[in-house]
Amino acid sequence: MKIGALKETFSGENRVSMTPASALQLQKLGHECFVEAGAGNAARFSDQDYEKAGVTVVKSAADLMKTADFITKVRPPEDAEVKKLRKDQTLISFFYPAANEDLMKSAATTGSTVIAMDMVPRISRAQKMDALSSMANIAGYRAVIEAGNNFGRFFTGQVTAAGKVPPAKVLVIGAGVAGLAAIGAAQSLGAIVRAFDVRPEVAEQIESMGAEFLFLDFEEDASGEGGYAAPSSPEFREKQLECFRGQAPDVDIVITTALIPNRDAPKLWLKDMVEAMKPGSVVVDLAAERGGNCDLTEPDQKIETANGVTIIGYTDFPSRMAAQASELYATNIRHMMADLTPEKDGVVVHDMEDDVIRGATIAHAGEVTFPPPPPKIQAIAKAPPKAPEKTPEEKRAEEEAAAKKALDRTAWLLAVGGALCLLVGLAAPASFMQHFIVFVLAVFVGFYVIWGVAHALHTPLMAITNAISSIIIVGALLQIGSSTTVVVVLAAASILMASVNIFGGFLVTRRMLAMFERS
Amino acid sequence: MSIGLISAAYVVAAILFILALGGLSNQEKAKRAIYYGIAGMALAVGATIGAKGVGNFGILVIMVAIGGVIGWFVANRVQMTQMPELVAGFHSLVGLAAVFIGINADLEMNAALTAKEAGTVDQLAGFAATIAKKSPVEINILKVELFLGILIGAITFTGSIIAYGKLAGKLSSAALTIPFRHQLNLLGFIACFVLGWLYLEGAGLWTMLAVAVISGLIGCHLIMAIGGADMPVVVSMLNSYSGWAAAAIGFTLGNDLLIVTGALVGSSGAILSYIMCKGMNRSFVSVILGGWGGETTTAQAVEGEQIAIDADGVAASLEDADSVIIVPGYGMAVAQAQQSVSELTRRLRAKGKTVRFGIHPVAGRLPGHMNVLLAEAKVPYDIVLEMDEINDDFPETDVVIVIGSNDIVNPAAQDDPGSPIAGMPVLEVWKAKQVFVSKRGQGTGYSGIENPLFFKDNTRMFFGDAKASLDQLLGLMPN
Repeated sequence: MKIGALKETFSGENRVSMTPASALQLQKLGHECFVEAGAGNAARFSDQDYEKAGVTVVKSAADLMKTADFITKVRPPEDAEVKKLRKDQTLISFFYPAANEDLMKSAATTGSTVIAMDMVPRISRAQKMDALSSMANIAGYRAVIEAGNNFGRFFTGQVTAAGKVPPAKVLVIGAGVAGLAAIGAAQSLGAIVRAFDVRPEVAEQIESMGAEFLFLDFEEDASGEGGYAAPSSPEFREKQLECFRGQAPDVDIVITTALIPNRDAPKLWLKDMVEAMKPGSVVVDLAAERGGNCDLTEPDQKIETANGVTIIGYTDFPSRMAAQASELYATNIRHMMADLTPEKDGVVVHDMEDDVIRGATIAHAGEVTFPPPPPKIQAIAKAPPKAPEKTPEEKRAEEEAAAKKALDRTAWLLAVGGALCLLVGLAAPASFMQHFIVFVLAVFVGFYVIWGVAHALHTPLMAITNAISSIIIVGALLQIGSSTTVVVVLAAASILMASVNIFGGFLVTRRMLAMFERS
Repeated sequence: MSIGLISAAYVVAAILFILALGGLSNQEKAKRAIYYGIAGMALAVGATIGAKGVGNFGILVIMVAIGGVIGWFVANRVQMTQMPELVAGFHSLVGLAAVFIGINADLEMNAALTAKEAGTVDQLAGFAATIAKKSPVEINILKVELFLGILIGAITFTGSIIAYGKLAGKLSSAALTIPFRHQLNLLGFIACFVLGWLYLEGAGLWTMLAVAVISGLIGCHLIMAIGGADMPVVVSMLNSYSGWAAAAIGFTLGNDLLIVTGALVGSSGAILSYIMCKGMNRSFVSVILGGWGGETTTAQAVEGEQIAIDADGVAASLEDADSVIIVPGYGMAVAQAQQSVSELTRRLRAKGKTVRFGIHPVAGRLPGHMNVLLAEAKVPYDIVLEMDEINDDFPETDVVIVIGSNDIVNPAAQDDPGSPIAGMPVLEVWKAKQVFVSKRGQGTGYSGIENPLFFKDNTRMFFGDAKASLDQLLGLMPN
């Protein structure tokens, strides 16, 4: 199949949907790669780089649309682009079908197939093509960098000859992919990071990144479908805002990332909180595109409030790191293509039974196929309820019970064993008892000696005990002198078998032991 | 040689045997310990041959020579992966020898008794002469011992042959479960004891032959009913039985050396069986009776899917990792992948990475099987650790490679009380940052239990034959 990457037409968009590296991988799948001239310039991939990777550079978008079977893009397509799609063509790009319903319908009427990268279901197998996550990761990182750029102080605390510098305090609201990336970046710059999320189960992830989880004392689990958060109740919201209000005068940088699927961004950082912040503080609103988490956010703008707080509402964080973002996005698309070409022979099989492909496909064979049925596999299994922690008293009681049980058992064993010995002693003659004493003592010696054997040497132990158990040869030796023929024959056979065992057992043990070497 | 001298030699031999076993406490001492064992055996055999009443030296020497050559041949030819079946095979020989010696003892006893009545005791030689001196009570005890020797010997003999067949792949390793199997076994044992009673009452040799045949059938059936994964317990148990058989014969012959050695071997096997059973959190009885204990409980269904990875991905991950733990299982032995594992270890270590091995007590088909295989492939033994030594280190480990093991790394043993292996101690590999599982296909292991590890987010399945996969991986890792 021929795969062609269009140049982005949206102003300020620097990303590109195919990189020389991803093209090499696509060619391994048996595909031919095309790119519109200059498509990678803004992301620092020149046309020569593409040619070196075996990609055909096509003059114009129109030519590319004519040649390619698969059109790849980053941003959702324009009306005009959609109209040009042919029946047998497939478009892969971000699409946001819920917001662009008309565009989706018009794409479906062309009979072409549209795969929306933002619709890839959030299941483990699809992580490698989850472009939303890879973009969110970049956005989270970039948000910290932008904040630092506008924050007139260090992130990390220092004690210098010129005085002590306190560390910056960063609050991250919403610990999704972007939030966690922001936590990681801020943490590694040395800031004190706090984070909040409505889903209590992410507390562990937040803490694993080194941040402090702001815990709300409220019984409500706001985990929604597919690993996203669900809208919360008014009471919960009040509690949450109260918590933020307490944080506002203390923190230097706030990064908000809270989004709920198919809704406007929830307002979480209100006007009064911004007013309570110290001058020079920075708010980075990653939800600006959907109205923003902060009351004062203006999309695509950086503003400064009367009390000197900078509020950043950029919506193009990934594009601001175009080289990295293109690399990741192109890799996501490459993985999508890998799933679409299961035999790696350049033949695309659009399997509408496959959870991932079905979920991402929004138009196919003239039909709108959005919204998809829920995936057969749950995104993240809900954690089973944990057993309550044991108190020290309970633990001690358990230990005591176990110790008592062990003692009881020993006592019973001794009593039964002793009684058995006594019984034997009552019936058996002295000559037997002599042997019996030897036997019991040998068993005890055996137990003590064998417990000391290293686990690693259990196989040699078996081999050597095997050889030693052939001591039974002594019995046969004593009998072979008999005058009865049958006895001699049987004894001879026993000697034969026992000596196989003696020689074989010792030799193989020696062979094994010689192999054990120290490093 | 005088009786006193022989007894002294026997004492020394017994001490040498104890030293040989005790020396296995660590690898360096063990290399010396083996010579104690050999010296003890030579001393015991030499002293016995020198004893009064041992004759037919010609046959004796020929038999020892033939046996020695066969033993030497087998010991040098055997592959380390075949150790389990070799050990099982050797056990069968001890069992059969015990049966023969038991039967001989009966024949000699009759000869001695006839001679006593005829007043020709003086003409008796060897073992018969000692029997002739015994009182009637002692003769009865002798009969009991003889019965026990034959019973245990025959079970060891046939059981070991079946175990050999299963381990060598000549018999299906699946557990054979016929209806009323417990009742059949019980019936067999009752029959044996009835025959034993008749023998005590003077019924003659045929009862003992019948006991040998019936207990042979029991041994056969017992081991047939035990599945492949339980073989470590079976082999240790047979090891123990061969010791008890020797001890029983020792009682019969009134020979303390046999008793001591038999008891040592018997307790050794018993401890190994105990360790193996603990390793699987199962009672000895449930293993021996065959099949899994709690078949009625329902295990949790596993949600999610297995994500495959290719050699490139594994190589890249290993490249980034600082600490690696390898968990081998029976699959490594089957695929003969130990050399590749060793080479991988060597290359990773050469790059300054920490590489260690985590060995579960029941990994493989023989206690300590994995250690021997790794030692053969020249993996230094000081990086091969036991489960308890390494289990706490998994959370700080970057990459774990699971090679051909399944149940011993199954998190269901800890998380799912309904699982058939609930409570079994397992290697907590899933706590590591990344787990690669080298496995032939998507199927379940010997026990047929689904393994949630394969569905975890940090697990990637590296499908394919273990050796082929590792060699592919080695190809991607320059020297």
